[in-house]
Amino acid sequence: MATEAHGGEEGGLVFHPMDQFIVKPLFGGDTIEWYTITNATLWMAIAVLAIIGLMVLGTSRRATIPTRMQSIAELAYGFVYKMVEDVTGKDGVKFFPYVMTLFMFIVMANFLGLLPMSFTTTSHFAVTVVLALLVFLTVTIYGIAKHGTHFLGLFWVSSAPLPLRPVLAIIELISYFVRPVSHSIRLAGNVMAGHAVIKVFAGFAAIATISPVSVVAITAMYGLEVLVAFIQAYVFTILTCVYLKDALHPGH
Amino acid sequence: MATETHAAAGTAADAAHGAASAPGMPQLDFSTWGNQIFWLMVTLVVIYFVLSRIALPRIGAVLADRQGTIMKDIAAAEELKAKAFDAEKAYEKALADARSEANRIANETRAAIQADLDAAIAKADAEIGAKAAEGEKAIAAIRANAVESVSVVAKDAADAIVAAMGGKADAKAIEAAVTARMKG
Repeated sequence: MATEAHGGEEGGLVFHPMDQFIVKPLFGGDTIEWYTITNATLWMAIAVLAIIGLMVLGTSRRATIPTRMQSIAELAYGFVYKMVEDVTGKDGVKFFPYVMTLFMFIVMANFLGLLPMSFTTTSHFAVTVVLALLVFLTVTIYGIAKHGTHFLGLFWVSSAPLPLRPVLAIIELISYFVRPVSHSIRLAGNVMAGHAVIKVFAGFAAIATISPVSVVAITAMYGLEVLVAFIQAYVFTILTCVYLKDALHPGH
Repeated sequence: MATETHAAAGTAADAAHGAASAPGMPQLDFSTWGNQIFWLMVTLVVIYFVLSRIALPRIGAVLADRQGTIMKDIAAAEELKAKAFDAEKAYEKALADARSEANRIANETRAAIQADLDAAIAKADAEIGAKAAEGEKAIAAIRANAVESVSVVAKDAADAIVAAMGGKADAKAIEAAVTARMKG
């Protein structure tokens, strides 16, 4: 949509693949205050409603033989529960609602973002950085609260030869603090890149001779994006579990 | 829509950000971060409470219920299987009993028939023996009769021969001769 508008304006192939990510107020006004209801707010709200629809309304019958909706909800529950239990162990199960919240929000936002004309909240670093920092802070605070200085054993590789340990400690320390960065940029970057590529292909569709190729490419990219939408949610969640494992069982 | 956006971005209070965001990444327009972070926190808190208070306990209960139901059904199936096994055993036992009973009855019947048959045969044998003895006796009588008749005929014949030779037959001599001859 953005491309067409600009194409008409400037009379040529002009791509604005990033325009789809612009945050704008929904109900007029120019400034974006912290409380302004924007398109991002709208799609976060839609994600919340979709999650409530799936996880609460879908399971309202509590059927022993599940309906389709309930099946999906149970599948999501089982998927994340097993992940948390397998990676963090039995005592990590107390983090299950928290991990489930992250997973459901990311997977739902990713899929909703694939709808035409929608806004993808998870394509913004503002969102993913907060998600990643929440995990980072949870791991750090919980780890220190539970294990005290023993939590620092995470950086002191006791299985390595003694002279190597300080070097490894520095590397471990850096990798520990890089975690929230990679954790957040991986998600937003994947989602944003896919959407931008689709938009670029859509820009080529303005040329009649290329448009069939463009449509095929968009279709293929869309299929890939559906995959990415799930895989990135999965990756974010399983990394969360891996980091939580460090908080629960520091030391190698 | 996009034009309108650009107009909005252009007239945005923070012109520097607007200029940066138009060709660059809207993600790095930090003027929207506060807004996004605020609404994200609201979103996460709502999702967390909905999930942890309503959805997850409910789904967990449903899954546990189902597990229980399946366990119960499996136990019931095991029980029924054991019952079926017992029933089969009882059936086979009854079958074997019936078969041995049938054998017993058949053997008894066979023995009874054999006994009847033996008795009948013995009786028939005895009758046949009696008949044969009677026959023997009759034959012996006939033979004796015949011997006597032969001696009479021989005496008469000898008498007649002697008479035809012109002699006078001595009855005593003839009898002695015939008797001697017949012994020989």
